[in-house]
Amino acid sequence: MTNISINNIPIVAEPGTTIHKAAEAAGVAVPTICYSDHCTANGLCRMCVVEVEGARTLVASCVTQVTEGMKVHTDTERVLRSRRTILEMLNSAVDLSEAPAIQQQMRDVEADPERFGECERRAHTVIDDNPMYVRDYDKCILCWRCVQVCADDAQYTYAINFDGRGFVTSIGTFNDKPMPETSCVFCGQCVQVCPTNALLPKREHLLQAGKTPEQIHELTRAQRKRRARSTPNESQA
Amino acid sequence: MLRNPRRTPINLCVIPETDLSALQPILQTHAPHGRTRLLPALHDAQALYGWLPEPVLTQIARALRVPLADVHGVVSFYTMFYNQPVGQKVLRVCTDPTCMTRGGEQTLADAQARAAADPSITVERSTCLGCCNIAPAVNVTFNTSTPAHNRTFTGVHAEQIDAILSDAPLPDVHDYVGGDVCVVTPLCGRGRRHTLAEYEAVGGMRALRGAVGANRAGEAIIAEIKASGLIGRGGAAFPTWIKWDGTAKASGDAKYFVVNADESEPGTFKDRVLLEGDPCRVIEGAILGAYAIGAHKAFFYVRGEYPKVIASLRAALDECRAAGYLGENILGAGWNLDIELRVGAGAYICGEETALLESLEGERGFPRVKPPFPVSNGLFGAPTVIQNVETLAKVPYILTHGAAAFRKFGTEKSTGVKLVCVSGHVARPGVYEIPFGVTLRHLIDNLAGGVTGGELKALLLGGASGTFAGPQHLDTPITFEDLRAAGLALGSGAIMVFNEHTDLRAVLAKIGHFFAHESCGKCYPCQLGSQRQMEILDRVAAGAIRPNDIAVLNDVGWTMTDASLCGLGQTAASAVRSALALWPELTQAAQNGANA
Repeated sequence: MTNISINNIPIVAEPGTTIHKAAEAAGVAVPTICYSDHCTANGLCRMCVVEVEGARTLVASCVTQVTEGMKVHTDTERVLRSRRTILEMLNSAVDLSEAPAIQQQMRDVEADPERFGECERRAHTVIDDNPMYVRDYDKCILCWRCVQVCADDAQYTYAINFDGRGFVTSIGTFNDKPMPETSCVFCGQCVQVCPTNALLPKREHLLQAGKTPEQIHELTRAQRKRRARSTPNESQA
Repeated sequence: MLRNPRRTPINLCVIPETDLSALQPILQTHAPHGRTRLLPALHDAQALYGWLPEPVLTQIARALRVPLADVHGVVSFYTMFYNQPVGQKVLRVCTDPTCMTRGGEQTLADAQARAAADPSITVERSTCLGCCNIAPAVNVTFNTSTPAHNRTFTGVHAEQIDAILSDAPLPDVHDYVGGDVCVVTPLCGRGRRHTLAEYEAVGGMRALRGAVGANRAGEAIIAEIKASGLIGRGGAAFPTWIKWDGTAKASGDAKYFVVNADESEPGTFKDRVLLEGDPCRVIEGAILGAYAIGAHKAFFYVRGEYPKVIASLRAALDECRAAGYLGENILGAGWNLDIELRVGAGAYICGEETALLESLEGERGFPRVKPPFPVSNGLFGAPTVIQNVETLAKVPYILTHGAAAFRKFGTEKSTGVKLVCVSGHVARPGVYEIPFGVTLRHLIDNLAGGVTGGELKALLLGGASGTFAGPQHLDTPITFEDLRAAGLALGSGAIMVFNEHTDLRAVLAKIGHFFAHESCGKCYPCQLGSQRQMEILDRVAAGAIRPNDIAVLNDVGWTMTDASLCGLGQTAASAVRSALALWPELTQAAQNGANA
């Protein structure tokens, strides 16, 4: 077993476990955004950063394993400054209106939603190109979960990947093709793991748009028929 | 600034039916190797078609068994790959700090005016092309030939745009190479590559014969490197022997030796000068390193904007193969080594060692989470050494003359010699080889001929990711320890000199744009912070800051430095923070200007 301390409380952790899991087991909550138990952790959002005595920079607790004698501090002023700034920057770039967990995190660290004022946001048009789900990348926080479950974390379908780099990175398909023209099998796992409703089931999207279930049934009938017709063709191919 | 010029379609180009027959030999060459050859295949295909049409990408994806979406992800990551048609001539005009002070913006404006009237020309703003000593620089891909060819023009002035566009032979502007000592640069700065025979004539390959030819143990070589105190010259200043020792002792049959020649730090051009003039010295260093750690495969990863380096290395590797320094049973030692030359495609982040490995594996250049470190989990998961070009250039000297001879140069903690790149407002910009311990004043006044155009205002040490210094720092000795004590860092060895008439706010804005352009977008602090830093620095440069801008800039800078995943993000605010500490009036004046 590995002896560490978290916020000066001695803790005995499983060797090989991450700081984040060890803290969780000890009842110390460390906030995360990109982390999901169902996906490979990549240390992207850096919300889970903690101060480890002797380390030059903060470390991402979701990808850092405990080592003997490690002294961890999860909510020092240094940690909070980074968390607050990350949330303020994220809020300045992305539509977080349907991400209540992130909004709560902002309140927790007293992040100022107006800190950055007028600035460039990541602006996309809503992509409604298939009968199953709608993609609203204004809400995408680039947590990578959809790309990961589409690939080696679950489905091995590889329909989506990244487009561009830096601030203007987005999730995209090969040459921006509509989803039905990609290798997507509409398993729905990407929609399941999306934390901000950037990926939304078509039905929910239409309900939000004020459509009644009857209207939705009417609207999607044509698409359902097309799918029913195309199925035998596909099995022949 | 145009962030993604490659995504602007040029509708005036007529896209002919893509003839895929010419692609087949390329696919046959690369297909057996799989995804690791994605960048080489994309480079080869683009050289045929000028850009990467969809049927070409589909064929490459199928041949290398890479998902189409992944191919798209890779193409859209690297600025030199185009999934939209481009002109017959693609001009990349450098406007980073030194080129900016030497007229780069004017060159860009002239080129853009030309392109506006001529659809066969595509013009892009480029980040530093590593020619700051012979600025301004323009890198051009000519799709006028098949395959396309790439040239970098230096010392470009507006009236030369026509000559550049006509692909005319222009008089070469030679790199000036000087200094107090001449340990690794005797064959550099003469405007041409020196052959293997010429390198051997000045004592080259003696270290290799003495080590590999004599079946010397790898541990003995590493011990000598340890005794020399050699520290990596790429910027992170990590002891070389620790990497070699760790990799040599790591478990695993396959081990790799990777040479990082992705020199892209603004203000840095020493690796280019070394490799253009004397590639065999670096190759010898790489062979020795590979031998010491027990690798049978090595890579040179050269940035795509260095056409002369690519040609120079290709020719030198051929010579070394022909001479039996590479291949099977090298010098009768029963040891084999193959060196593969790989070319980057426009991504500063690929100079970060783990991002470089990702790129070699055919991926987007996302840096990896460390640990694990490359010494145990590197290329293809195998133990790997990644070493900077200049570091390797010292290895033959150390093994030929001994660690003690190397230690005669420099100080106890900063041993040996160092190449520094001096550019900007000095009489003789160039590469200077110095023993550690000489002062910045000696370098700038005595070696580089002094500051030109006025009094010294600022030095930028270590490039965009480095730190600013002022005239008060001139007597600081150039050593790791003295610079650290002064709150400075040598980084990659870049020293950009700015006189009193330089608009430092414009320089800071350039640095802001540089990081916003080069952030890979993986971790939030850098992905978001580099953008916001750029926006605020633009407002500072325009004299129009908002009341809370400086407080916000401090928080953004602190967060990038403290919470980013890799070295790029951790240093993206370094120069800015140091400038504002030295010259707080930079922002005060801006605020006054805004109020006035």
